[in-house]
Amino acid sequence: MSDVPQESPEPILEVRGLVKHFPLTRGILIRRGIGAVQAVDGVSFDLRPGETLGIVGESGCGKSTVARLLMNLERPTAGSIRYKGEDISRLSGRALKAVRRNIQMVFQDPYTSLNPRMTVGDIVGEPFDIHPEAAPKKDRRRKVQELLDVVGLNPEYVNRYPHQFSGGQRQRIGIARGLALNPEIIVADEPVSALDVSVQAQVINLMERLQREFGLAYMFIAHDLSIVRHISDRVAVMYLGRIVETGTDQEIYEHATHPYTQALLSAVPVPDPELSRSREHIILVGDVPSPADPPSGCRFRTRCWKAQALCAEVDPPLAVPAEFTAATGPARHASACHFAEDKGQLVSG
Amino acid sequence: MLLDVQDLHVDFRTRDGVVNAVNGAGFSVDEGETLAVLGESGSGKSVTAQAVMGILDTPPGRITHGRVLFRGRDLLTLGREERRRIRGERMAMIFQDALSSLNPVLSVGYQLGEMFRVHRDASRKEAKARAVELMDRVRIPAARERVNDYPHQFSGGMRQRIMIAMALALEPELVIADEPTTALDVTVQAQVMDLLAELQREYRMGLILITHDLGVVADVADKIAVMYAGRIVEHAPVHDVYKRPAHPYTKGLLESIPRLDHKGGELLAIKGLPPNLLHVPAGCPFHPRCPQVREVCRHDPRPPLYEVGEGRSSACHFWKETIGE
Repeated sequence: MSDVPQESPEPILEVRGLVKHFPLTRGILIRRGIGAVQAVDGVSFDLRPGETLGIVGESGCGKSTVARLLMNLERPTAGSIRYKGEDISRLSGRALKAVRRNIQMVFQDPYTSLNPRMTVGDIVGEPFDIHPEAAPKKDRRRKVQELLDVVGLNPEYVNRYPHQFSGGQRQRIGIARGLALNPEIIVADEPVSALDVSVQAQVINLMERLQREFGLAYMFIAHDLSIVRHISDRVAVMYLGRIVETGTDQEIYEHATHPYTQALLSAVPVPDPELSRSREHIILVGDVPSPADPPSGCRFRTRCWKAQALCAEVDPPLAVPAEFTAATGPARHASACHFAEDKGQLVSG
Repeated sequence: MLLDVQDLHVDFRTRDGVVNAVNGAGFSVDEGETLAVLGESGSGKSVTAQAVMGILDTPPGRITHGRVLFRGRDLLTLGREERRRIRGERMAMIFQDALSSLNPVLSVGYQLGEMFRVHRDASRKEAKARAVELMDRVRIPAARERVNDYPHQFSGGMRQRIMIAMALALEPELVIADEPTTALDVTVQAQVMDLLAELQREYRMGLILITHDLGVVADVADKIAVMYAGRIVEHAPVHDVYKRPAHPYTKGLLESIPRLDHKGGELLAIKGLPPNLLHVPAGCPFHPRCPQVREVCRHDPRPPLYEVGEGRSSACHFWKETIGE
């Protein structure tokens, strides 16, 4: 795909044409397929060592399904996920377990993602039970305490239970668990959206520090565009199971060419009264269509103010649009729109 | 003055002791004005809204002190029946979670029409016609066909529109919206806030917006009251707060959020956690997290709300320093 910029190093993760359809059935005894929810429908991207790829989109766009596919919690309907050249989406058993050590996940909800009946020491140390080769038994307690220290929790807390911690502290526990096996990739699905504003910044700063220290690659999934801009090197915008636009933070946030990205950016409230009241607001009409019955052609056309007959007939590919292929500036990036246009700054008026 | 809340105190009795959820909150709203009450979880912002609205769970909650003047009449001294009448007709509330605030087994048309049947003695037929009008008014497409649909048949954004329609049915003078768009996606949030602002202009109602989102506040509010640990720590016209915050907590919040319009360096996080309301620190409740804390901040009495300027106040002993350029 042409959305992959040419600079090195070698990607650690290459996702190509990823598709996940959940079948819809009717009938209890005789189940008949009556269609499919097209949760993810042809998603491709690369992740390089030590970088952060942000994935943004609204609910139902398929961003969490992408995370689950990467973690091998779901099997893709089609497409491949290559980790260091090997397609991990078809692995099972021992081979899968070995790969999983290197890809870990941090979940959204710090209240339900930690077992309330396990101590913090057991939670953070559990990865060592599953992968005993990662740390000899006698070292485990020390390792767990080190991990707690690394994420800014008091190492003495190993015997406490999750309910004795605040939301932000619990998220730190979840991050410590994710780090236990020294992974190369962390998939974080809305890791700060359940936290209070004043605590979000602490967790974001922690994640950035850990990335520098351990050379982690992050796949950072969130609906909050400001947080994604802050933490990401590259950003992919998803809509109804597809990536509609992808590029560096500057390309996306200052030179978005896809109407959906433009609407999304203009809709984010900015904490500056003068700016927010002077800038352009694009108010979309209607709701996101059902992923079980997506529109023909461009999936955004039903809410797009630029839609024309062509949009219903031809599905625009995710590539640098023709009008920008000769350009050299930041408008030259992949955008799946027939009528891509650089409207310049949408966020600062 | 449309609404004038003075020195409001609300206690909650819990197993572990009495919690002062609201501790001397005061603010006012005029016709056509929007006041944002900003705070994190546990700051007392929602309890304040419930107390003003008269829907506080009592027990365990109890208003121990204060006055809620609505057009000059203290609502807290009114009888149950009188209060109820004001609540339905002259002040209304919009809740965060439209799905659990609507009755799942009644059609939205029935629930909207109920407002007119109960408060205006409308007939069933008349009520339904008014319901369709309202749904049109909040721009629900094909209102006539959808009036008999049930809440689960609508999307989140549409349900929130129905909540707004219900709140505005009797054209109240005051609307309290408690995190009305928190559960919604950004593009839908923009639609709903846009609609709310338009209806407010049209009806000239006072709006109290309870939120944790500094962005939403900047978009719509005229005035802002920042709450922390059950107290209002800063109260000011919206432009002043964002340009020159007068309380270190407000300042910290503004500095800690990532910006959409530029990619900054490391975020200046506020250290520590919001206090447990069972053990609010002595002195200024923010002092354990404050970057400019001094000895006097650690001890009672708590800092009063100092007059900082025209219509501005701050509960910081060192507001001059905080506000300074």
